[in-house]
Amino acid sequence: MATKPITRNTVIPGFGPTLGYTVFYLSLIVLLPLSALVVKTASLTWPEFIATVAAPRVVASYKVTFGAALAAAGVNALFGLLVAWVLVRYSLPGKRLIDALVDLPFALPTAVAGITLSSVYAANGWLGSILEPRGIKVAFTPLGIFVAMTFIGLPFVVRTVQPVLEELEEEIEEAAACLGANRWQTFRRVLLPELLPALLTGFALAFARGVGEYGSIIFIAGNMPMVSEITPLLIITKLEQYDYAGATAIATVMLLFSFLMLLTVNLLQKWSRRHAAR
Amino acid sequence: MSGTSAKSVRTRTEPAPVRWLLIIVAFLFLGLFLFVPLAAVFAQALEKGWDAYLVAIREPDALAAVKLTLITAAVSVPVNLVFGVVAAWAIAKFEFRGKQLLITLIDLPFSVSPVISGLIYVLLFGLQGWLGPWLQAHDIKIIFAVPGIVLATVFVTFPFVARELIPLMEAQGKDEEEAAITLGASGFQTFWRVTIPNIKWGLLYGVILCNARAMGEFGAVSVVSGHIRGATNTIPLHVEILYNEYNYAAAFAVASLLALLALVTLVVKSFVEWRMRETS
Repeated sequence: MATKPITRNTVIPGFGPTLGYTVFYLSLIVLLPLSALVVKTASLTWPEFIATVAAPRVVASYKVTFGAALAAAGVNALFGLLVAWVLVRYSLPGKRLIDALVDLPFALPTAVAGITLSSVYAANGWLGSILEPRGIKVAFTPLGIFVAMTFIGLPFVVRTVQPVLEELEEEIEEAAACLGANRWQTFRRVLLPELLPALLTGFALAFARGVGEYGSIIFIAGNMPMVSEITPLLIITKLEQYDYAGATAIATVMLLFSFLMLLTVNLLQKWSRRHAAR
Repeated sequence: MSGTSAKSVRTRTEPAPVRWLLIIVAFLFLGLFLFVPLAAVFAQALEKGWDAYLVAIREPDALAAVKLTLITAAVSVPVNLVFGVVAAWAIAKFEFRGKQLLITLIDLPFSVSPVISGLIYVLLFGLQGWLGPWLQAHDIKIIFAVPGIVLATVFVTFPFVARELIPLMEAQGKDEEEAAITLGASGFQTFWRVTIPNIKWGLLYGVILCNARAMGEFGAVSVVSGHIRGATNTIPLHVEILYNEYNYAAAFAVASLLALLALVTLVVKSFVEWRMRETS
C-alpha cells in the first residue's frame, strides 16, 4: 500500500479538491488543536513535567483509572463473548430487540448513564438497597467506577466478536466433533483461537474507552482524591484552579496512552483480517 | 441451514442445560447493566408524577438548554456530514500514499478522552491560550460561550459519518462512477445520481450516530461551557446542574428526554441496518 505512487489512473474527477478539503478540515479541527496540547506541554521543563505527572495524587488516579478500566474490560470480554454467543447461536423470542439494546451505552448520553447508575447503586437505590446491607458498597467507591466503565464498554466486545462468530464455517466444528472432541474441547481448541483477535480488539477498545471516560463516572465515583478520583477529573480540577500547565501535562500522558491503544487496535485488526483471510 | 442434518445440528450446539445456563447468565448480565438503568431513568423521571415531569421539562432554563443542544447539533452534524462525504470520496475513489495514516487520523477523536477534547480548545481560545489575548481585544468570546461548545462538539463527532462511508464506498468500488463519467455525466451528476443512491443508508446511519453524540456529549462540552444557566448549558449540562442541586426528579425528567433520543436512535439504527442487509 505504501509503495503505490500518487496516480490518477481513473476518470473520476475531484481528487485534488476532495483530498485537499479532507486534509485542511482534519488539520483545522483535529491536528492543530491537538498540537496546542503538545506545544503547551513543551513549555514545561522536563523536571517540572515529571513532578506534575508523577505527583502522588496523579499516580493514585492512574491506578484507579487504569485498574478499573482493565477490570471492566476483562468482565466485558468474558460476558461480551457470552452475549455474542447467545445472540448468534440460539434462537430466542425478542432476540432482535435485545440485539438492538446492546448498543444502548453508545446511544445513551454519558451524563444520563452517570446519574442513573449512581441512583440505582446508591444506598436507597434499586440495587444498592440489596447490596449495601450485604456489605457491598458500589456508589461513591472505586467499585462504582468499575460498574460505570463496564456499562460504557459493554457493546465493544459484543460488536467485534458477533460478526466473526456469524462468519465461522460450520464444517470446522463438525470436523472437530467427528474427530471425537467434546463441545468444550471444540470451543477451547477450535473456536476460541478463531475468535481471539476479535475478542482482543474488543477488549482493547473497551479498555481505551474506559480510561478516557468522564461523564458516566463522576456521578458514581465519589471523587475522593487518592481513592476514587479518575485522571480525566483531575485534569478538570487542575483546569478549574487555572493550573493550565498541570492539566496539559497530565492530558499529554493520557494522549500518549490513547495513541498507544490506537496503534494496538490497528495491529490487532490487521491480525484479525489476516486471520479471517486464511 | 435447510440442508443440514440432525446430526450436524447437534455437533454445533450445546446440551440443553448448558444452553439454558448460558442464556440465563447472559440475560442476567444484560439485565443488570442495560435494562435496570434504562428502566430507572423513566421510573425516576416520573417519580413525582406527570405534572412535575412537565414542569421540569418546560421550565425556561430547560428550554434554553434544549434550544442550545438543537443549535449545536444543527451546526456540527451538517459540517461533519459534508466532511464525511468528501473524505470518503477522496479515500474510496482514489489511490494515494498515506491513505491508511489519513484513515487513522480521521478516527483519532474517538480515542481521545472527552475531557482532552475540551481542553485543547481552551488552550487555543481560552484567556491564557494562543489566541486568547487577540480574541479578548476584539471582544470575541469562544470559550465559556456557544462557539466553544459547537467546536468541541464538532471535534468529538468528527469521525462518525466518514468512518461509516469509507468502508462502504471502498466496498462498492468505482465501476459505476467510471461508467457514468465515460457516458458523459459531469462529476456532480455522477455524485448525485450514482453515488448518493448507493450510499444513502450508510449516510443516514452515520448521521443518526453523529446526532446522538452531538446532542449527548458531556465531558468535552463541560470543559468549554462555563455552565452559565440559560446561556451556555446544553441538555446534559442542565441535567448535571439539577442533579448536583439534589433536584433529582427534575434531573431525571430532563435526562429522560435524552434517554428517549437514545431509544429513537437505536430504533432508526436497527431499521437502517435491516435496510442495508436487504439491499446488499
